[in-house]
Amino acid sequence: MQSTSHAFKDNAHGALADERLQKALGKMKVGFQDKRTRAVARLPEFDTLRDQSRDIKNHVLEHLDLYLERFEANVIANGGKVHWCRTPGEARDAIVEICRSVDARIVTKGKSMIAEEIELNDHLEKNGLEPVETDLGEYIIQLRKEAPSHIIAPAVHLNKEDVAESFMKAHDKLDPNRSLEEPRALVNEAREMLRQKFLAADVGITGANFLIAETGSTVIVTNEGNGDLTQTLPKIHIVLASLEKIVPTLEDATTILRVLARSATGQEFSSYTTFSTGPRRPGDLDGPEQFHVVLLDNGRTAMLGTEFQEMLRCIRCGACMNHCPVYGAVGGHAYGWVYPGPMGSVLTPGLIGVQEAGHLPNASTFCGKCESVCPMRIPLPKMMRHWREREYEKKMSPQAFRNGLGIWAWFAKRPDMYRLGSRIAMGVLGMLGRRKGKFRSLPLAGGWTDWRDMPAPEGKTFHQLWAERQQGKASTGAATTASSSSDRKAA
Amino acid sequence: MENKTKTPRVGLFVTCLVDLFRPTVGFAAVKLLEAAGCTVEVPASQTCCGQPAYNSGDRADTKDIARAVIKAFEEFDYVVAPSGSCAGMIKEHYGELFADEPEWAQRAAHLKHRTYELISFLVDVLGIEAVDAEYTGTITYHDSCSGLRELGVKQQPRTLLRSVGGLTLTELPGAEVCCGFGGTFCIKYPEISNKMVGEKTIDIARTGADTLLAGDMGCLLNMAGKLKREGSDIKVRHVAEILADMTRDVPPIGDTRGA
Repeated sequence: MQSTSHAFKDNAHGALADERLQKALGKMKVGFQDKRTRAVARLPEFDTLRDQSRDIKNHVLEHLDLYLERFEANVIANGGKVHWCRTPGEARDAIVEICRSVDARIVTKGKSMIAEEIELNDHLEKNGLEPVETDLGEYIIQLRKEAPSHIIAPAVHLNKEDVAESFMKAHDKLDPNRSLEEPRALVNEAREMLRQKFLAADVGITGANFLIAETGSTVIVTNEGNGDLTQTLPKIHIVLASLEKIVPTLEDATTILRVLARSATGQEFSSYTTFSTGPRRPGDLDGPEQFHVVLLDNGRTAMLGTEFQEMLRCIRCGACMNHCPVYGAVGGHAYGWVYPGPMGSVLTPGLIGVQEAGHLPNASTFCGKCESVCPMRIPLPKMMRHWREREYEKKMSPQAFRNGLGIWAWFAKRPDMYRLGSRIAMGVLGMLGRRKGKFRSLPLAGGWTDWRDMPAPEGKTFHQLWAERQQGKASTGAATTASSSSDRKAA
Repeated sequence: MENKTKTPRVGLFVTCLVDLFRPTVGFAAVKLLEAAGCTVEVPASQTCCGQPAYNSGDRADTKDIARAVIKAFEEFDYVVAPSGSCAGMIKEHYGELFADEPEWAQRAAHLKHRTYELISFLVDVLGIEAVDAEYTGTITYHDSCSGLRELGVKQQPRTLLRSVGGLTLTELPGAEVCCGFGGTFCIKYPEISNKMVGEKTIDIARTGADTLLAGDMGCLLNMAGKLKREGSDIKVRHVAEILADMTRDVPPIGDTRGA
C-alpha cells in the first residue's frame, strides 16, 4: 500500500478528532489487555516459554539459509514448489503466473499481512482476478476499501454500526429492511456471502505463521476456520510468507504456539491451527492439487547482522500494539503503512526506509510496555532508539530540534556554564510564576503550553541552595540542622 | 551489602528537573537518606544523565555526558537519584553506550551496581520500612514507566507511604500506563501526549484522591500541568516530599502557597 507514514502527525491529528475511531479504540484496549493478563496468569511457565521461543528464533536467524534450504527440499519432496522472491514485484508476478496457469477467476484469501505488504489485491484485480478476503475483519475492510488498522484485528477501528452500514451498501441484493443490529446477524450474513465464494474459488491464498524446515509444512492459526476452507477447497493453495517465519522443527512451532495466542487474544490456543504439508496425496479425501510457497524477502535479509536483526523474531501477535498507549490514542491507520504500533515503528523503516517512516520510531514515549509484553522478548524501544540514531547521523531530524538539542548538550557538558545559565533562567521563571504557580503560555514552549500549564519552578536551583547550605555550614561550623528543611528558604 | 557496618557514602544525583524546577525534592532526598544513616554529598560537576541526547539519537553527546557522570560519581558507595528515569539511564543504558569502549564499559558497570532510585534504595538496600511523616489526605500513586519497568519500583513507595500518619492510599486504575510525558516526546508529538495525559487525569479524578504522587519530575510536571489546565484542585507532589515530611515547605507542583 502507498505509505503515508511521513504524514504521521497529520494522520494522528485526524485520528484524535475522529469520535467513532476513539470509541472503537477505547473498547479495544481494555479487551485485549485483560484477556492477555488472565491467560498469562494461568500459565506459570509463560516466561520460560518466552525465553525458549526467543532462543529458537535467535538460532534460526543465525542459520537462516540452512533451514530455508531444508524447508524447500522438503516442500519439493512433498510435491510442492517454493518460489523465492526478493521483492514485492517478484512475489506478485509469481502469484499471478500460478493463477493464470489454471485460468483462475476467483481467488479466496486467508488473512495475510504479507499480501498487504505487496499490495496483492490491487495487483490481482489489475490482472482480471477477483480476490475475496475470507477473514471477517479483512472482508469488512475489503468492502470499505480500507487498509487493516491492526495486524490480527484488521477492522478493530470500526464499530458494529460501521460494519452494518457497509454490509447494507455492499450486499444490495438482500432485503434492505433486514436488521443488522446484532453482531450475530453480521457474522451470519458475511458467512452466507463468503460460502458461495469458497465453493467457486480456483485458487486459495493463505499466509503462514510458521514454516517448518524438517517437514516442509506451513502453519496458520485462525479463529474463524476460513483459512481451512480457503486452502482445501480450490485446486491450488498458495502460501505467501516472509522468510523469517521459518522454524527448524514441529516441536519448535508448538513451543512458540503456546505463547502466540495467549499474547494475541488471550486464548490458550486459537480455534484452528492448521498444518499444510504439500498437495493432496492419492487417497486423501480433500486438499489442493497444487501447493506453492511464495517466499518473500523484501528487505528482511538486509536487517540480518544489523542492530535490527532481533526484529525478525516477531511472530505478529499484536501484543505490542494492544498495550501501546500511542497506538491506543491514534489507532493503526495513523502509522501510515501495513504494520502499526511498536513492531511497525521498528519494522517499517527497515522495509520502506527511514526517510519515509522516520516519524514512527520517534512517536514513542519509551514507556517500555511493548517490550514487557512481547512474547519473543524483542527490545522494541532499544531498536526505535537505533532508528533515531540513524536519523540523527543522517541529519534527518528537524533543524530547530537539532539546534535546541545542540545548545542544551553544550551546556550539559559545561557544569559551570550550565549552573550559571540555569540559575538565571530559573530565577526569572520562578519570579514570573510565583503569583500563579504556573504558566498558561511560555515562549518556545507552545508544544507544552497549548495543552497544559507549565508548573513554575521554585526559583532557586537545587545546586544554588545546596551551595548556600554548605556555605552556611562552613561559616557556623555546625551542621546539626543539615537534614532539616526549615533552615532553608526556598522560592 | 558491603556497607552494613559503616556509614554509606551516597552521591546524590539530583537530576536536572529537580535541580531546575523542584529543589525541595532534592532536599527531601537528602533528608531521607541522612535519616536512614547515610552521609550525602552532591558532586558539583553533575548536570544531567544524558537522556535527552540519548533518546534523540545523539550518541556522541550522550557519551560525553555519561563519562562526566561516571567520573563524578565513581568514588561513592552508592549513587541515588530521586527519579526512576535517570537512575534507569545510568543503571541500564550506560553499559550499552560504551559497548565498544572496554575501559569505559567497565567503569559504567561499576557504577551500575551501585546506582539506585531513591525510594527503592531506602527500602531494598537500607531496609527502611517506615518514615517519620504526617500527611492528612487521600493520595493516589502513578507508577512512572522507567522506574517500574527498568528498575522494578512498585511496592517500595507504597510500603513507605503506608507508614505516613493520616495518609490514605487509594490505587489509581491504570497506574502503570504511561502519562504521555516521554521526554522530548511531549514536545515533538504534543497532541498525542495531550491525549494520553488527558486519559490519565480522568483516571486520577475517578479515584477521588486529593493528592497525586509519583517518583519522577517529568511525569509530575506533565500531570500537574494538565490537571491545572483543567482547573482541578488535586494537589501534585513528588513522593519524597511526603515521605520526608516537607509538604509545608513548598506548595504543590503548579500551585501557589496557600493552595
